[in-house]
Amino acid sequence: MAHAQKVKFEQPKEFKFSPENMKLVEHHIAKYPKGRQASAVMPLLDLVQKQHDNWIPEAAMQEIARLLDMPRIKVFEVATFYTMYNLAPKGKHHLQFCTTTPCWLAGSGEVVKACEKHLGIKLGETTPDNMFTITDVECLGACVNAPVIQRNGDDFYEDLTPENVIGVLDGLKSGKEVPKGSRTGRLTSLGVQGATCLTDIAKKTGNKVAGEGKK
Amino acid sequence: MLDDKDRIFTNLYGWLGADLKSAQERGNWSGTKDILAKGRDWIIEEVKKSELRGRGGAGFPTGMKWSFMPKESKDGRPSYLVINADESEPGTCKDRDIIRHEPHTIIEGALIASFAMNSHACYIYIRGEFYHEAVALQKAIDEAYDAGLVGKNACGSGWEFDIYLHRGAGAYICGEETALLNSLEGKKGFPRNKPPFPAGAGLYACPTTVNNIETIAVVPEILRRGASWFAGIGNEKNRGTKVFCISGHVNNPCNVEEAMSIPLKELIEKHGGGVRGGWDNLLAVIPGGSSTRLLPKDLCETVLMDFDSLRAVNSSLGTAAVIVMDKSTDIVYAIARLARFYWHESCGQCTPCREGTGWMYRIMQRMVKGEANIEEIDMLLDIGSEIEGHTICAHGDASAWPIQGLIKHFRPEMERRILEYRKRIAA
Amino acid sequence: MPKLTIDGMEVTVEPGTSIIQAAEQLGIEIPRFCYHDKLSVPANCRMCLVEVEKSPKPVASCAMPCAEDMKVHTNSPQAQKARKGVIEMLLINHPLDCPICDQGGECDLQDQTVAFGFDRSRYREEKRAVKDKDLGPLIKTTMTRCIHCTRCVRFGDEIAGIDEMGVLNRGEHLEIGTYVQQMVTSELSGNIIDICPVGALTSKPYEFTARPWELRKVESIDVSDAVGSNIRIDTRSGAVLRVLPRLHEGVNEEWISDKARFCIDGLKNQRLDRPYVRVNGKLEPASWNQAFAEITEKLANADGKKIGAVAGDLADCESMAALKDLLAAYGSKNLECRQDGAQFDVSQACGWRFNTTIAGIENADVILLVGTNPRHEAALVNARIRKTWLAKRIKIGVIGQQVDLNYPVKYLGAGPETLAELASGKGAFAEILSKAQNPMIIVGQGALSRDDGMEIHALVRAVAEKFNMVKEGWNGFNVLHTQASRVGALELGFVGGDLEKMLKGDVLYLLGADEIPVGSIGKDNFVIYQGHHGDAAAARADVILPGAAYTEKNATYVNVEGRAQQAKQAIFPPGEAREDWKIIRALSEAVGKTLPYDDIAQLRARMAKANPVFANIDTVQPAAWKPFGKDGKHDAAPFSLVISNFYMTDVISRASRVMEECTAAFLNGTKEKTGTHG
Repeated sequence: MAHAQKVKFEQPKEFKFSPENMKLVEHHIAKYPKGRQASAVMPLLDLVQKQHDNWIPEAAMQEIARLLDMPRIKVFEVATFYTMYNLAPKGKHHLQFCTTTPCWLAGSGEVVKACEKHLGIKLGETTPDNMFTITDVECLGACVNAPVIQRNGDDFYEDLTPENVIGVLDGLKSGKEVPKGSRTGRLTSLGVQGATCLTDIAKKTGNKVAGEGKK
Repeated sequence: MLDDKDRIFTNLYGWLGADLKSAQERGNWSGTKDILAKGRDWIIEEVKKSELRGRGGAGFPTGMKWSFMPKESKDGRPSYLVINADESEPGTCKDRDIIRHEPHTIIEGALIASFAMNSHACYIYIRGEFYHEAVALQKAIDEAYDAGLVGKNACGSGWEFDIYLHRGAGAYICGEETALLNSLEGKKGFPRNKPPFPAGAGLYACPTTVNNIETIAVVPEILRRGASWFAGIGNEKNRGTKVFCISGHVNNPCNVEEAMSIPLKELIEKHGGGVRGGWDNLLAVIPGGSSTRLLPKDLCETVLMDFDSLRAVNSSLGTAAVIVMDKSTDIVYAIARLARFYWHESCGQCTPCREGTGWMYRIMQRMVKGEANIEEIDMLLDIGSEIEGHTICAHGDASAWPIQGLIKHFRPEMERRILEYRKRIAA
Repeated sequence: MPKLTIDGMEVTVEPGTSIIQAAEQLGIEIPRFCYHDKLSVPANCRMCLVEVEKSPKPVASCAMPCAEDMKVHTNSPQAQKARKGVIEMLLINHPLDCPICDQGGECDLQDQTVAFGFDRSRYREEKRAVKDKDLGPLIKTTMTRCIHCTRCVRFGDEIAGIDEMGVLNRGEHLEIGTYVQQMVTSELSGNIIDICPVGALTSKPYEFTARPWELRKVESIDVSDAVGSNIRIDTRSGAVLRVLPRLHEGVNEEWISDKARFCIDGLKNQRLDRPYVRVNGKLEPASWNQAFAEITEKLANADGKKIGAVAGDLADCESMAALKDLLAAYGSKNLECRQDGAQFDVSQACGWRFNTTIAGIENADVILLVGTNPRHEAALVNARIRKTWLAKRIKIGVIGQQVDLNYPVKYLGAGPETLAELASGKGAFAEILSKAQNPMIIVGQGALSRDDGMEIHALVRAVAEKFNMVKEGWNGFNVLHTQASRVGALELGFVGGDLEKMLKGDVLYLLGADEIPVGSIGKDNFVIYQGHHGDAAAARADVILPGAAYTEKNATYVNVEGRAQQAKQAIFPPGEAREDWKIIRALSEAVGKTLPYDDIAQLRARMAKANPVFANIDTVQPAAWKPFGKDGKHDAAPFSLVISNFYMTDVISRASRVMEECTAAFLNGTKEKTGTHG
């Protein structure tokens, strides 16, 4: 929102859900009581983004308004309110860097700088090859694994450093599967030093216990 | 320290399976039918007796909240349970672990709570960024349906119960319960005026209770082990176990389930691996997520981590997200960054919050550099007081608190920067 | 009935009353921006915060219902601080451009800043700027001034049925916007100018025209349709500068149509400002005496049976009453007000009135529209229908042309056959009607302006009777007229002449009858035209008597309901033009048949004696239900619509450049702009 890069782009004239997604449309509408189909506007916008290169064209908003029998402006209101909806095209990998205080304390500033230098673009910009768009984002809710970035609204890469984040970028660029989660091999939110409680289970499952040697 | 046998979330770290079979081995879904058979009143009474307080931040007694719901529908309107999994408070990532690693205790808790409130449908609102978590939870829901634990005849109890997942799309404000309801109805996440309260007219103008997902997740164990077990942990009025998030400048950032009222220092030392560079290197702690006023080191020495102890030091337990800052921290920037967060996440409907959060953020940006007047420190407090208490929801209040905490405990640092900046300019 | 105290005064209110409303009952005005008593309550501006004892925080008085024993303080230090804070917050991003803002002098923000705000700004940061929106030729936007009260959006949603306006983005970036830059099309759009508390939405035609304190304000009645909307006319130096709505709960609430508001520039164009006499086939300027002499000569030799008079759509009741008397003096009853050729039974008032009353629409539970597009024919009647639909989701059926209404309707068919079928009780809608408590039918001129109008009139009566639409306490039969003069003329009996014969008679007196088929007037027929605009009828005249427009005379108009209301003179007619009844009175003297009244009070007394409608200003007296219409065959042709262009329906609006622009923008222009347009 605050960092929108002004790039001209074409709005497609028409948007239709694919037959598979049409089934999902019906599935989502069915989750809500009869007459409350407007509740499905968020899942449908998300579905558009999944189908349409990670952004939502105007034609798709009109199609959603038609499917849900709601005024177009109400779809537009929702689409402009929530930050995860992209109303303009993004690079193939839209990387969102959490820079809120917990991530910043853990060094998100340095991680951002390393990426900007490596990609040659600033936050809010897209690489000329359309491979990466980088933006900053508010707290992603993975603070004990800070710093964190999110790719295309799905995968989190956690426990980043200025060094290991380059591996993420290069991996994505080469088209390789870059596994989500911690970049340091840590088990989810378990402390790097190991378990501080539930030590029996930790041991049973082959995890380190804090204060004890390597597993 | 909490005894391992008293921990509810033994799979918090995901080292065991999250699937139904593994969950059942851990005790989930055991005797659910019997619990339901004891009836609505018994359930609500037990939850009251357990002294469980809401885990979303406000700490409202859960049993009392449930008792506000109509016992039966007199006008044909259904009742709803809505579970708040829009975890977005900076510093907080506890629900994420419960969702991805302990989904069945959520679903079981949802069934019990819905039954207790005469609701046949439950919606879980999960923040949009938690995509994989939503997938995990949906998988667990599907398992529960397949096993007959929820659905037409949930757990063989005769109670019809449906549970649905609804993903958000990036809006902190949707963690506010009425904004969440609007969002769930397909609208912008604008908080609603109260009254009417959700228990009277919530989702689709029907009686609704909104509970935090951790609150719901602890309910089955409370009912299985007995209210007195839960009420035996922690200090008076601050009972039970609680998942804490420890982030920032600690050696061992992690999530951990601990007893309420654990001393902050113990929490940081035992589980957080201690402050980076040792306890004496501690500058300040934000004890309960970004909205809570920070505590300087001296207060951190003794304070207990519960609702009332933190209130006594003019802060709050909030979401129990402990953000630790050592002496290397630019404390003014740390709070300025939070000011930016509240500015960015204001929904914009109320004047004071829409305009005031941006104003405070911009002044704070100058404060970081010292590019300000000394009087502007008090002006910041004054602006905060023009926002606080004057808005529909608590976002406005929450935007003022971190700055109030900063000024209360670090005013000399702010003044020092201003004077230094002046000197630099003059030179 | 909760009893509470506000500022120490006790008040008992209906349950559900908000604090702000209760305070109003005590005469205490709590400042507000977003709250508007005709719209839903978002409570987002926070200006109306008050202190309520035992409440930890100040309370939004617009959204908080009164409770028993509540103690409210509207002016305590806590309330004052809250208010001051809100004003300061509103101003930080509001441009201080009052000197170049049209709202200046009547701006809520300006007034309340003076009353409650700080005397200086503490804001040192950069101000927000917002891109202006294109809302068409009527509404100028300066969106940087917007304070996000959302009144315009709510008006669109709730009153006008515009679902193209919304609140976009969030937080500080919140913006009032339209769907991807689309223009707003509504007959009521101008009202958002009035309800906008700041200068974000102002009137484009009125741009930089005047300051409110320079204006003379006159309370009057609109004539652009037959609703009789209550208006305020603002003038300066003998010119009408703007027209605003005036509250009348029974008629227009507090809205007016865009035509009523914006057609006024037509009052200055093509005006007849002196008498004319045809000399050697050409109209030449003349004096009043010359004009009267010409007429006197012609009338002296005329056969009374061959003298006729036709009243036009904007004719006032006084002039029609006087003209009727003048013709009577010649033994002529050749009077007609239906220049459009509408045929219906004029024997019973119940057969031509909007019996349910406009406010009464809100009690209806089923509505049948026949041969009408209320959006264009009576925008405020339509707004009531929409309001009723919104409140109760009532069923609405349509017979006639399919038109774009801003509420869902069930389309039943195109013409008399569908109506006849319904009268026989067939079809699903017949079922709906028969189950209704308060069903109503609204018959437009599209159903009656045809040769079989008398038969259709009987048929709609049959439908009304079949479905029990007329009963004790409820009359659901309604005829919707489109002309301000029509019901008044009917009440006066200015009707019943044979129009065809009159056109071919010896003398034809056209009282502002601008829509008369000029081509059908006999070659030898001597035409007197009295009116205010040089339109087609004036061009055919042998003598032109310059009259006054509705803003220039004291005059009575009767609206569709049969409600007589009095327009007030706001300015003088141009040049030598005179008030219309005075012209006729003067002429009567010139021709030696002096009418028995010397002032308007005497004339009105005479009208009141003839018909109690004129004795009881601003009241509606129910008309007794009696048979009307003529049984017989009807033509199968579908019903038509009488208005094709809402913006241009009479001489004034046809002479209005603003209405011309609206026609170009909304009717002839591209209907929908896409995102690639600015």
